[in-house]
Amino acid sequence: MTHHPVSPTFRTRESYVQNPRIQRSRTLTVLSTGPQTLIQDLGRPGNAHLGVPPSGAVDRPSLKLANRLVGNPEDAAGLEVLLGGLSLRANASCTIAVTGPATPTSVDGVLRDSPTHLAPGETLTLGTPSGGLRSYVAVSGGITVPAELGSRSTDLLSGLGPAPLRPDDELPLGDPTGVPVGVDVLVPVQAPDELVVPVFLGPRDDWFHDPARQLRAGRWTVSDRSNRVGIRLTGTSLDRVARRVAAELPSEGLVTGAVQVPADGRPVVFLADHPTTGGYPVIGVVPEHHLPLLGQAAPGTPLRFAPQA
Amino acid sequence: MELRRCGTDAVLVEVDSLDEVEAVRAAVAAAGSPDVVELVPAARTVLIVAKPGALPSIRKILATASLVHQPEAVSAEVVIPVRYDGPDLDLVADTAGLTPAEVVELHTGAAYRVAFCGFAPGFAYLTGLPEPLRQPRLPSPRTRVPAGSVAVAGEFTAAYPRATPGGWRLIGRTDAPLFDPRRPTPALLAPGHRVRFEATP
Repeated sequence: MTHHPVSPTFRTRESYVQNPRIQRSRTLTVLSTGPQTLIQDLGRPGNAHLGVPPSGAVDRPSLKLANRLVGNPEDAAGLEVLLGGLSLRANASCTIAVTGPATPTSVDGVLRDSPTHLAPGETLTLGTPSGGLRSYVAVSGGITVPAELGSRSTDLLSGLGPAPLRPDDELPLGDPTGVPVGVDVLVPVQAPDELVVPVFLGPRDDWFHDPARQLRAGRWTVSDRSNRVGIRLTGTSLDRVARRVAAELPSEGLVTGAVQVPADGRPVVFLADHPTTGGYPVIGVVPEHHLPLLGQAAPGTPLRFAPQA
Repeated sequence: MELRRCGTDAVLVEVDSLDEVEAVRAAVAAAGSPDVVELVPAARTVLIVAKPGALPSIRKILATASLVHQPEAVSAEVVIPVRYDGPDLDLVADTAGLTPAEVVELHTGAAYRVAFCGFAPGFAYLTGLPEPLRQPRLPSPRTRVPAGSVAVAGEFTAAYPRATPGGWRLIGRTDAPLFDPRRPTPALLAPGHRVRFEATP
């Protein structure tokens, strides 16, 4: 093809030479996963024309930060941990960082600030995060399960990439290529009590009666049926213009951040694992840098839209 | 051609036919711009996602794209071997007023093009289906269509890359490697490809 995925080129410093005496099997053993732990990198954009969703971390800045902290390229594969409960045993010396919402992190039962070092045999455990749903764990060297279409991300919609983690899984680690970045205090992600989400109207805002006013006046809450595919909203139903009430839209391409309005009028904001095409009108698109917080918002969080000109 | 805004870095191009969709897709692909992140044809639209800030260069490409003159097809023809023993072959024949053998003759005799992909990774909607085979979906979809099933619905024919629910009429099956995510080229069929079906015993 003549077009390519955006691949961040983040050059690291000279190779980080490890002490050969502590060079054992470079793996982690999964002891427990909590509700859901997935391997994620920055996904596989550039394949939508094959029906392949972009996937990748929902809160990309948090994964990139975790990778920088342990000396990895920003696009290395780490873990996306939903609501804590992850426990891992290190089988080799490694540096780990935990980012995203404030997440109690302990090593062999003792609370420790992240980033931190794990010696072989030590166990890392994540408690329940506060201020967000998804914590990110990066490990020096990155997780090196086989890639599919250039990415190690688990795509829950299409089933591409590795299966969700389960106890006793062994995660292979690559060789560290950069030097961990020293840091004293990490500022955690904090999803706000009420989300005010900017949205650019289009491509199908003309299907709705006074779309900017409807979006501005509506009130929604994040549904518990939200996931990596999209944030479902309960609340105000958006009304179509009279001549479009019963109209059918031929399926068309969807971008991440698209606010699609299904037949029941309650919008869905698409996240990383969104379908590549959809047959309901998209009233507007949320800019990419506002999506990480949406992905961190707990069910029940109130939400308003701020339509942009 | 109508351009519709789709956030800050994408544009949805709306046209009037599948042929115009292919003309736009092929023109943008032929431009070879490194600014294009995604190029997604569909039934009446082409979605173009650009690198941040690069939308103006995409609009320039679109300004010179012709809806009539398609760039020369550069792809080779993909031939998909099919055993025509699908559970709906008789239904399709009855609906068309043909024998099953005539259905096979029609389906293998036509030249197809991948109009777009969607629904599942590697699921390609092929246009060029002969008129008698353009038939409605089943009244209620199957909960599981086996991988490799070759099917028709409306103006399209397709082969299912994996087992999924589906409401298309199944006329045969193929062992062709339609989608394998570990291969360097994971999808056998991509938009613009020319396709033919071949009957195997």
